[in-house]
Amino acid sequence: MSSCSAFLKITTRFIVSLGILVAAATSSSAAPTSSGRILMDGSSTVFPISEAVAEEFQHANPGAGVTVGVSGTGGGFKKFLAGEIDVVNASRPIKASELEFAQKTNISFVELPIAYDALSIVVNKKNTWVDHLTVAELRKIWSPASQGKVMKWSDVRPGWPDKPLRLFGPGTDSGTFDYFTEVINGKEDASRGDYTSSEDDNVIVKGVEGDEGALGYFGAAFYEANKTRLKVVPVDDEQAENGAGPQLPTAQNVLAAKYSPLARPLFIYARTSSLEKPAVAKLVSFYLSNVKALAAEVGYIPLPDAIYTQVQNRLEKKIPGSLFDGKAAHVGVTLQQLYSEGANS
Amino acid sequence: MTRNSRKALRIKERIIELLLSLCSSVSVLTTLGIIAVLSIESIFFFQEVSLTQLLFDTEWTPLFLDKHFGIWPLIAGTVLTSAIALALSVPAGLVIAVYVSEFAHERTRAVLKPILELLAGIPTIVYGYFALLVITPALQVIFPTMGSFNALSAGIAMGVMILPMMASLSEDAIYTVPKSLREGAYALGASKLQMIISAVLPGAVGGITAAVILSAARAVGETMIVAIAAGQQPLFHFNPLQPVETMTAYIVQVSLGDTPHGTLEYHTLFAVAMMLFLLTMILNIVSLRIRERYKRMYR
Repeated sequence: MSSCSAFLKITTRFIVSLGILVAAATSSSAAPTSSGRILMDGSSTVFPISEAVAEEFQHANPGAGVTVGVSGTGGGFKKFLAGEIDVVNASRPIKASELEFAQKTNISFVELPIAYDALSIVVNKKNTWVDHLTVAELRKIWSPASQGKVMKWSDVRPGWPDKPLRLFGPGTDSGTFDYFTEVINGKEDASRGDYTSSEDDNVIVKGVEGDEGALGYFGAAFYEANKTRLKVVPVDDEQAENGAGPQLPTAQNVLAAKYSPLARPLFIYARTSSLEKPAVAKLVSFYLSNVKALAAEVGYIPLPDAIYTQVQNRLEKKIPGSLFDGKAAHVGVTLQQLYSEGANS
Repeated sequence: MTRNSRKALRIKERIIELLLSLCSSVSVLTTLGIIAVLSIESIFFFQEVSLTQLLFDTEWTPLFLDKHFGIWPLIAGTVLTSAIALALSVPAGLVIAVYVSEFAHERTRAVLKPILELLAGIPTIVYGYFALLVITPALQVIFPTMGSFNALSAGIAMGVMILPMMASLSEDAIYTVPKSLREGAYALGASKLQMIISAVLPGAVGGITAAVILSAARAVGETMIVAIAAGQQPLFHFNPLQPVETMTAYIVQVSLGDTPHGTLEYHTLFAVAMMLFLLTMILNIVSLRIRERYKRMYR
């Protein structure tokens, strides 16, 4: 009995001292963290551009600090809307649910398209049988109903070898995942779950590179950076008006709207209140004036000049809100159309 | 004077005792805290997902639109990688233990033991990349259809990681076998090998079993190696050439993305952690029981 009460006494003391420790720790960390660093986070697809911009910016402005994180577009928006970061990299427009949240927390932002991406389907170098894939075949490979059923290449197209089909793709926090599932499977987040998923596209590169039966997808820059290690697959949407036959994810095809439905715009979103800070304002305008060259350098497709001018205008006037109004960047709705309608509204 | 100093001594004793029990209560309280957190968060999970969904479904897709919560793919992944690890580390560890304790020269022993301990000091992330970048390409020479991520290479790396633990625990067990047993075996005309097989190993079987179970618990809880090399793909199968996802690897995967607090995805973390905790706790309890039972044998 006495030992029991002694134990209780000890535990209460321990908890009290623990409480003091915790209090001390939190009070010291509650000091303002605004060390002047500019914080970006979000899409791994946009990361190569933002990283290049951040590098150039820090060259041009010694002493300026820019941190670029990778937690997926979804993860990035979560941090952005919690007020933790200044700029979010996004491989899809802001979603309706995120817009609602932004309204609730009173966070205003400026939406800035920066480049086109041609979402690339890649297979192993030793894969000799895949000449192209149709959108219907991609759906067959990735739809939720295929889980545990479409397991071999021969299940995808008769005549293809009886080899295991192993899939690699972005995780559910990824904007690339959101976009791909939307345009291929018809519904956002609808995907089979038995594939190797990672927010780090280099894991997908590594996986596809080392496996003859592998197939994966990610942004064009990751194919561009690993051209010698992977093989890219032309995609056919079987609609003649978008260019008949299978199309490769090239700049030409994207600008001519032929690489459908896997061509999509990429964005950065800057918090309006962060743009009040001179450092952030400077970075974002530096971003827009250099993105054309840098996007092309890392493997993406620059927007037409006319759109860049309008995007610049958006930033200068700090036009809030999203032109997409919570909808996905729909196939067929090009940035040109959207911007001619709504850029100056 | 003497009374005063005795009193001072008693107070000092009490203070030291208090400090010591405070130290030991840290581990107890941590365990209690973990159990409390796991239970509370798992309750939220079971408010939305029934136990039958968890136990009688064979698909694990909680992050996707079409959600399934069958835990079996994760359990299969955990069991498969652990079994491969044990298949490697148990025989090898046992042979090492017998060699070190019965055959090795004093000088060989002085070299061998520190090297084994060095193996135990390698961070598991290093083993993970070793599996991905060395073991897998080597195995692909033998099995060309094997993927870049698979259960086999992760299991092998894990086996090497557990080896020192298995070896030193079994060596301890062999060491506790009384001398009289060995001498008895020799007196009956046994050779050294016969003596080991018929007297030492049966005598140490309790300790060795406990070592196996502790190694199993270590393998089940291992995270970094499987997260890197095994593929993070929740498939329900027992094919070592295919990718798998273990319970620990799922926890890593979800907590790396920014899963917001309070969502179902977030609560799955705790449900999986709870299962994992139960699994390792059962293994530890069994190991403890066995050790105690066999300890009494020679008293």
